[in-house]
Amino acid sequence: MNANQNEPILTTAVPNAGLRAPSPGEDTARPMFTVRNLNFHYGRFHALHDVNIDIPELEVTAIIGPSGCGKSTLLRVFNRMYDLYPEQHAEGEVLMDGRNILDPRLDLNRLRARVGMVFQKPTPFPMTIYDNIAFGVRLYEKLSASAMNERVEWALRKAALWDEVKDKIKKSGQSLSGGQQQRLCIARAIAVNPEVILMDEPCSALDPIATAKIEELIDELSANFTIVIVTHNMQQAARVSRRTAFFHMGELVEYGPTSQIFTTPRQEKTRSYITGRIG
Amino acid sequence: MATPAPQASMLYRRRKLVNVASRIGAVGAAAIGVIALLLIIGTLFLNGFKSLDIAMFTETTPPPGSAGGMLNAIVGSLIITVIAAIVATPIAILAGTYLAEYGRYSLLAKPTRFVTDILLSAPSIVIGLFIYQIMVVPMGHFSAWAGSMALAIIMIPVVVRTTENMLGLVPDGLREAAVALGTPRWKVIQSVSYRAARAGIVTGVMLGVARISGETAPLLFTALNNQFWSTDLNAPMANMPVVIFQFAMSPYEDWQRLAWGGALLITLSVLSLNVVARVLVNAKRQRQ
Repeated sequence: MNANQNEPILTTAVPNAGLRAPSPGEDTARPMFTVRNLNFHYGRFHALHDVNIDIPELEVTAIIGPSGCGKSTLLRVFNRMYDLYPEQHAEGEVLMDGRNILDPRLDLNRLRARVGMVFQKPTPFPMTIYDNIAFGVRLYEKLSASAMNERVEWALRKAALWDEVKDKIKKSGQSLSGGQQQRLCIARAIAVNPEVILMDEPCSALDPIATAKIEELIDELSANFTIVIVTHNMQQAARVSRRTAFFHMGELVEYGPTSQIFTTPRQEKTRSYITGRIG
Repeated sequence: MATPAPQASMLYRRRKLVNVASRIGAVGAAAIGVIALLLIIGTLFLNGFKSLDIAMFTETTPPPGSAGGMLNAIVGSLIITVIAAIVATPIAILAGTYLAEYGRYSLLAKPTRFVTDILLSAPSIVIGLFIYQIMVVPMGHFSAWAGSMALAIIMIPVVVRTTENMLGLVPDGLREAAVALGTPRWKVIQSVSYRAARAGIVTGVMLGVARISGETAPLLFTALNNQFWSTDLNAPMANMPVVIFQFAMSPYEDWQRLAWGGALLITLSVLSLNVVARVLVNAKRQRQ
């Protein structure tokens, strides 16, 4: 990019993500989302039944369960992604800062600026690596060219991708490898400085090495962002999350500290799932 | 294991035979298509090539019995086609965008798609008559404008459908990713969908132009023809298809010769448009 890439990044162009307090203990964690009596329908199909769950701030929360249990559905409620599809609707309450985000009058673009998302398949936009990051930033801020350069570098560094792409920042984002594309998508999500990052099976399309990199990244990001991750992979949930929620057939079966869920589950269904007997 | 029963090996032989037969049938059918196309192009070249001289591009259509070219028809065709494309392209791309993006779940999309398909297969002479009725009759004379409008109506459904199909190939995941950043809908379409489908949409426009550049029937009722050099859009204008039609049907040998040349020219330009369109699509596919 430019000559001063080794100098420390100026804080003016960088959001205040680094300034937030580190994750507090489990008991004191403030909820980011408070879900009450959430029901979700795909047309006639009732996908979530009376879900109640608190997602704590600045922690990694994993959602696990067999295919079709409603885990991705719940994730897509937090940024109202389901709103794109008219046959899907949610009832109940999902409070964020005391406000119900299911409220139809809510400004969705503002909500999605606060709640970013990373998808199962990497989805780089058909533009340069640089523009992939700058795209989201330009929606919310008018930055000078140099401030934008700094922001892009900051986001790419945060996503542990900078060193691999700094010499080809003007190349297409789609020319990167799968794992790099996924980190590009994470960089794109954090560049707008959201409070929450939703991850929908972010490693299921990646090889083990790329997966390890993303998991490491999730750990680092949890200092600054609230992360909710849906995963098929129970080891992954055990590795990256502090809390785990187990869903089965659209119901929240058990929710608690990850270590407890995987060592001493209270519900028989949870035990069956983590030992591989259902799902 | 026992050795295979005799009827099993007969079954095998039969299967092999059917395989050979269906293969011969498929190759034969393909050959008929290709041979017909080669014959058409070959005949055009044999008869038309010798009239493709400088005069073709520098002189206007002659009276019977004297030498000339098709300058006025070439320029006329270019003017009429370009105006038609300028009118049709934005309308068609926006309509295709509606079908693929905004109106995907709306009740209006299905009838719109249906009407577009009807328009796509409507005989072009009907569209010529329609423009004749709403433009030529009230204006009291044939005009290049009317010709352009008729061609635009023929081009619109072609581009609507390709635009819709090309936008349909853009994965929803890409749209969701843009939406997840809080991007407003119009911006998603402009910055992500159009960008991802650009080569396909451009190809659709080129195929649309290729489609209208050979249309004769609608021009007979609208732009008609002009023996002389004219660029007045409010007057009848010479154009390739009608000149070819008129000259080819005439008893004069030099007119017939010019018609062959014109037919070759128009075929070559449509062919090259198609080739360029195809190259664009392939280049795009390789990048992915």
